[in-house]
Amino acid sequence: MTEPAVEICNVTKLYSSKRGKRTEEVHAVREMNLSIPCGKFFTLLGPSGCGKTTTLRLIAGFETPTTGEVFIQGKVMSKVPPNHRPVNTVFQNYALFPHMNVARNVAFGLEIKRVPKAERERLVHEALELVKLADMGDRKPSQLSGGQQQRVALARALVNRPSVLLLDEPLGALDLKLRKAMQIELKHIQEQVGITFVYVTHDQEEALTMSDLIAVMKDGVIQQLGDPVTLYKTPANKFVADFIGESNFIKGTVDSESGGLARILVGRECVEVGSGGVSLKAGEAITLTIRPEKINLSRIGAGGPSGTVEDRVYIGTDTRYLVLLLSGETIIVRVQNGCGSEEGEFAKGERVTVRWSPADARLLKD
Amino acid sequence: MLYLPIILLIIFSFNNSTTLVFPLKGFTLQWYGQLFANRELLNAVGNSLIVGVGSSLAATILGTMGAIAMVRFRLPGRSVFLGVAALPLVIPYVILGVSLLVLFNEVGIKLSAFAAGLAHVIISMPYALLIVASRLVGFPDNLEEAAMDLGASYWGALLRVTIPICSPALLAAFLICFTMSFDEYAIASFLVGTDATLPVYLYSQLRFPTRLPMVVSLAAILMTITMAVMLFSEWLRRADHTSARKA
Amino acid sequence: MEKRSRFASLIGPPGLYLFLFFILPMGVMFVYSFRAGISGTAHDTFTLGNYQSFLANSNFHRLLWRSSFISLTISVLSTLLAYPLAYYLVFRAGPNRVTLMTLLIIPTWTSYLLRIFSWKLILGSSGVLNSLLISLGLIEKASPILIYSRGAVIVTLIYVWVPFVALPIFAALERIDKNLLEAAADLGCPAWEAFLRITLPLSLPGILAGFFFALIPTLGEFVTPLLVGGASGSMYGNLIQDQFMRALNWPMGSVMSMAMLLAVLLLVFILTRLGSLTDLVGF
Repeated sequence: MTEPAVEICNVTKLYSSKRGKRTEEVHAVREMNLSIPCGKFFTLLGPSGCGKTTTLRLIAGFETPTTGEVFIQGKVMSKVPPNHRPVNTVFQNYALFPHMNVARNVAFGLEIKRVPKAERERLVHEALELVKLADMGDRKPSQLSGGQQQRVALARALVNRPSVLLLDEPLGALDLKLRKAMQIELKHIQEQVGITFVYVTHDQEEALTMSDLIAVMKDGVIQQLGDPVTLYKTPANKFVADFIGESNFIKGTVDSESGGLARILVGRECVEVGSGGVSLKAGEAITLTIRPEKINLSRIGAGGPSGTVEDRVYIGTDTRYLVLLLSGETIIVRVQNGCGSEEGEFAKGERVTVRWSPADARLLKD
Repeated sequence: MLYLPIILLIIFSFNNSTTLVFPLKGFTLQWYGQLFANRELLNAVGNSLIVGVGSSLAATILGTMGAIAMVRFRLPGRSVFLGVAALPLVIPYVILGVSLLVLFNEVGIKLSAFAAGLAHVIISMPYALLIVASRLVGFPDNLEEAAMDLGASYWGALLRVTIPICSPALLAAFLICFTMSFDEYAIASFLVGTDATLPVYLYSQLRFPTRLPMVVSLAAILMTITMAVMLFSEWLRRADHTSARKA
Repeated sequence: MEKRSRFASLIGPPGLYLFLFFILPMGVMFVYSFRAGISGTAHDTFTLGNYQSFLANSNFHRLLWRSSFISLTISVLSTLLAYPLAYYLVFRAGPNRVTLMTLLIIPTWTSYLLRIFSWKLILGSSGVLNSLLISLGLIEKASPILIYSRGAVIVTLIYVWVPFVALPIFAALERIDKNLLEAAADLGCPAWEAFLRITLPLSLPGILAGFFFALIPTLGEFVTPLLVGGASGSMYGNLIQDQFMRALNWPMGSVMSMAMLLAVLLLVFILTRLGSLTDLVGF
């Protein structure tokens, strides 16, 4: 299917509330344009209040756009209420019907569509097998664990064969180990069933693990759209760089630029950074960003800015160093333990030189 | 201490005498026997039952609709409605009775058990609303959304999900409304016309001393039944509440 | 948008019912108060005469004051009795408190009429109390003052209302964070002072709610006075009932009702000012 599963065209969602004489307006979503391809695991990622859940609800039909249109499989959805849209939702709190057992919960959508009993039972059984709960049909939701309830919610949605499955932070209530196991399981199910998944989360690690495509959102606007690798390696702006993984931000001034390589003054020292196509003017203030694990620490010498080790924390796989540069800024450096670095370990208070490959750092305008 | 009058009544209903004096004079069930032979009384009981069931059904349905509106929606008009719906709780019954008397007279509705029933809905509705609303508050508010997501219409979602979950509360509300209507005298006294309800009949009998023991035995039966019904209703509500908390 | 139409559909039927059978009758009664003639049959005349006679009639005023006084006495005494009861349940009754509270409430579910009537039995001249006192030799013959008096009305209604007043006080006391009292003790505060400074003020909303909850309906009481009040225990509500059922002077009755309605609405308004409705009902 070459047609996108979901298209959001110029959608704005405005909430206004009256407080006394003033009317407060909140732009939950601002002029969003988004095209979600078919059959992929798509994630909306961002902090609370960024508009990701609102976007999901706009697709589901629980909210209507203030302006703009939502299309699902090429059909405009503005007049279509949620119960007639070819989408199903897995809610954050599962929303299982407490007065029905698991089988009836899963069968609910089929009952509404008046699917004949024999077929219904077959489909319910299939769905429960898919989520590995085949013999739990008789239980009531209150008798199941959080993880099991979550899988019932998934089965209940999937049994209706929606074109798009919407998932609203479904793993939030689970403990860490279970969450990680479910992430993998969800990914497998998506690949197996082939349906487009639109997933909402604030956990960037989760997004990177599961998604084919991620849209990072802030204040109702998509900051960057891309696959996990692209987002991690080449964040488009400071927000994305900070939100995904860990980043260092170093302020500097442009000294010169030639042949794709820029020389940046950090404090009074000079570093080289790949300019990455950003147009630069000499003397311009700029921010440099680099991932902690891409920085190389060595004994004080030449080749990069110098600083002092302020703190070091051993985290098992790595050692985290907090280095105070001469320019006054503090950066984080991650050194993998036992990887045979000739320089060895660095003590607190030791003076070090910080180096990196120009291609690993990026320039960001503020 | 509170139970003293009630206990006394029950004791006296077995008393073998037409006056209510200490000390008691023997034990008898004759007054209970007389009860069942009395046609007027049985009519009154019938009227009370009809008025009770009818007005409770209406009050429970209307109260439930109001409760859903109050708990699930945050729209303007909510507090006004709640205020008006709760007002009958504090307005003296004499005013309620008299104002309806005047209205029915103007509009041409005959004074009857039906008229009293119409009035009873007004006094019961707040209780039904409060009971159902407190149950609604206890469960997640996106169950209706989930049902709609799976294909049900809004009203379908209410019927298939919300109402079944609330059913113990609905029953409890119905029982409470029924008890209130069954025992109500003040308003009924203005509106029943010639179809006496049980309290109205009772009141009319209070003037006849010979009928007194019979009245007392009736009182004893009524009180016991009412208490049993209310205890059951409260137990329902509690059991439902604890299972709701587990979910 | 759909939300609004759903809300309207849900609120519509009960709202309409309330309007037709609650608001509208008040309006009609208001109109009646201006009519001349008995039973409001003279449809075209509008007069303030009824109001004038009402304001001029000193008997009515006396009765109004007497009723208010009785209601006030009942409410105050009920509250004074209910508070210790609720306090005991919350602070001393331990885990049984809910059961005990329910036991307290159960009598209120039985017929109001019958409970008043049973007080008639107790207080009457051939009643329990009298025969008890006689058989104990404390009095010579049946004392008539126990029944058919203002006192009888007050006692009987206190009996009816104490559980109702106790409920909101119970709820308010329950909600008080017990840690506050522990903190007070920790800071050296003696128990009675902690009560005055902490418990009492925090339970005030419940006290007020209970007080008004008893005051407002008792203003319109007429059944109890009929059964145990006699002539001297008659209340304003009896006056209204009389106008409608015996004197058949509906316009005058309407005037009296409007006067009471005004007083009630005023009290309700004061009550809402003291705490919002949504706080009281919990949603």
